[in-house]
Amino acid sequence: MYDCTDIKSFSGVMVFCEAREGKINTTSFELLSEGRKLADDLGTELSGLLIGKDVKGLAGQIGGYGADKVYVVESPLLETYTTDAYTKVISDVVHEKKPEILLIGATNIGRDLGPRCAARLHTGLTADATHLDIDTGKYLDFLRESSTIDVDSMKWDMEDKGLKMTRPAFGGHLMATIICPRFRPQMSTVRPGVLKCAEFDQAKADSVVIEELKTDLSDADLKTRVLEVVKETKEIVDLLGAEVIVSVGQGIAKDPEKGIALASELAEVLGGGVVGASRAAVDAGFISGDHQVGQTGKTVRPHI
Amino acid sequence: MKYIVCVKQVPDTQGKVAVKEDGTMDRSKMAAIINPDDLNAVEAALTLKDSNPDAKVVVVTMGPPPAAGMLHELLAMGADEAVLVSGREFGGSDTFATSQILAGAISHIGIEADDVIFCGRQAIDGDTAQVGPQIAEKLGIPQISYAADIEQNGNTLKVKRVLEDGYMTIEADTPCLITCIKELNKPRYMTVSGILEFDKKPYSVFDYETLKDEPLIEADTIGLKGSPTNVYKSFSPPQKAPGRMIAANESGVKELAQELAAKHII
Repeated sequence: MYDCTDIKSFSGVMVFCEAREGKINTTSFELLSEGRKLADDLGTELSGLLIGKDVKGLAGQIGGYGADKVYVVESPLLETYTTDAYTKVISDVVHEKKPEILLIGATNIGRDLGPRCAARLHTGLTADATHLDIDTGKYLDFLRESSTIDVDSMKWDMEDKGLKMTRPAFGGHLMATIICPRFRPQMSTVRPGVLKCAEFDQAKADSVVIEELKTDLSDADLKTRVLEVVKETKEIVDLLGAEVIVSVGQGIAKDPEKGIALASELAEVLGGGVVGASRAAVDAGFISGDHQVGQTGKTVRPHI
Repeated sequence: MKYIVCVKQVPDTQGKVAVKEDGTMDRSKMAAIINPDDLNAVEAALTLKDSNPDAKVVVVTMGPPPAAGMLHELLAMGADEAVLVSGREFGGSDTFATSQILAGAISHIGIEADDVIFCGRQAIDGDTAQVGPQIAEKLGIPQISYAADIEQNGNTLKVKRVLEDGYMTIEADTPCLITCIKELNKPRYMTVSGILEFDKKPYSVFDYETLKDEPLIEADTIGLKGSPTNVYKSFSPPQKAPGRMIAANESGVKELAQELAAKHII
């Protein structure tokens, strides 16, 4: 029997590994690396969930980033992402395997899929988390470093093993740590590029346990039809990997075009950098959203 | 045919954000605006109505009584009917409980085979993007999120759904739910005749009494009690060290270059 309030019947950490066109995205590896730490703090197992058409060959990569086990669900109907098919498969796997934690990358697809799954599973979902903790001691260390809270003058339940999911809110002016105490799995989508990727471990990749699961997915389950998937040749703004970022803000309002041109010229002079932008500059329409950095944009680690 | 649009009133996070001593947001000190993505959702419905004049645009919001002002503006923009979902029982709802209540309210309005529901992709206070998909799940209808273009042919909608590196074209039959992004359209303004006549349009308030017989509305699925997630702690991020302004002239450029070179950055 599946009962989302029977906390004790759930165990293990599961990461949904998003594969598009035969490639698992980097965000999934970040989530696996973090999931490994959470699973160790809980003394439990980490699994990756890989779904698609002919994707089994990718399972080793999931092991290499820390998973003990990979669940693989294959079907021709899973070749291209659809909300209905992916929600059904993920919910069915959660019903069968009962993980206590389920993490999904907060990509455009993850943010479509996560809420639908959480609603079907009747559980909570934290959106766009940027920090995750099981161990209360580690959470308090995080607060000491990144908040003004006087941690040591307050009482904390040091035995608590619930997932503490921290995320920015109100445009990054406030941080909130969210918990999901009464339902399982504890679900979060996680912001791409924030959590650090572990070193790839070939031995773990070779020894990972692969379990194939059947699905009864049929055409009738799909209520939307994907007519085409188009890759745009627009220049991809690689903020995540950039060594130099020249960021613009509201200050360019007088002449946005000139401001952006100046910023890219400076970026070029400093060794091929990238132009970043504040939320205000993006909201005002000066520059497209892929340039946004910060709490509500991309988390970046440049030298300059 | 109805176009039902879910909207939310949010504090303007672009202006000064007021934080209380305890780390929570002081909404009373901040301007309230219509959530930007929701305005695109309203415009999407009004645009489709322009070519289907028989369709009715119904705007729905959940919030405290002052949210009525926002609904008046949307009626003046061209919406035909407005519904305010308001009640103490609904307070403290997370996204799960909020979508439960809105789905209950939409069921109460009634969904027909040719209806479309629109939401903004996400609200600027929480940035979660969850309520739209969760309403769709609870109503058992398909969703298409991140819509940058919408075409309607009879009971079929063709939507350009944006991805990080391109887009998908997706088709769905009505009834379905679409979440809208800024790239979709440019919201129209209120009209003078709209402002003069908004109070002649149907306006209703749904409280707990109105909705309590809806199957989705149960004491343990709404409000604080029906919310699976709780805030464990909230806090302000630490202040960054102040930046230093460098003059926008030749000596400033020299100063910057020398400093970066001294630190072996360039």
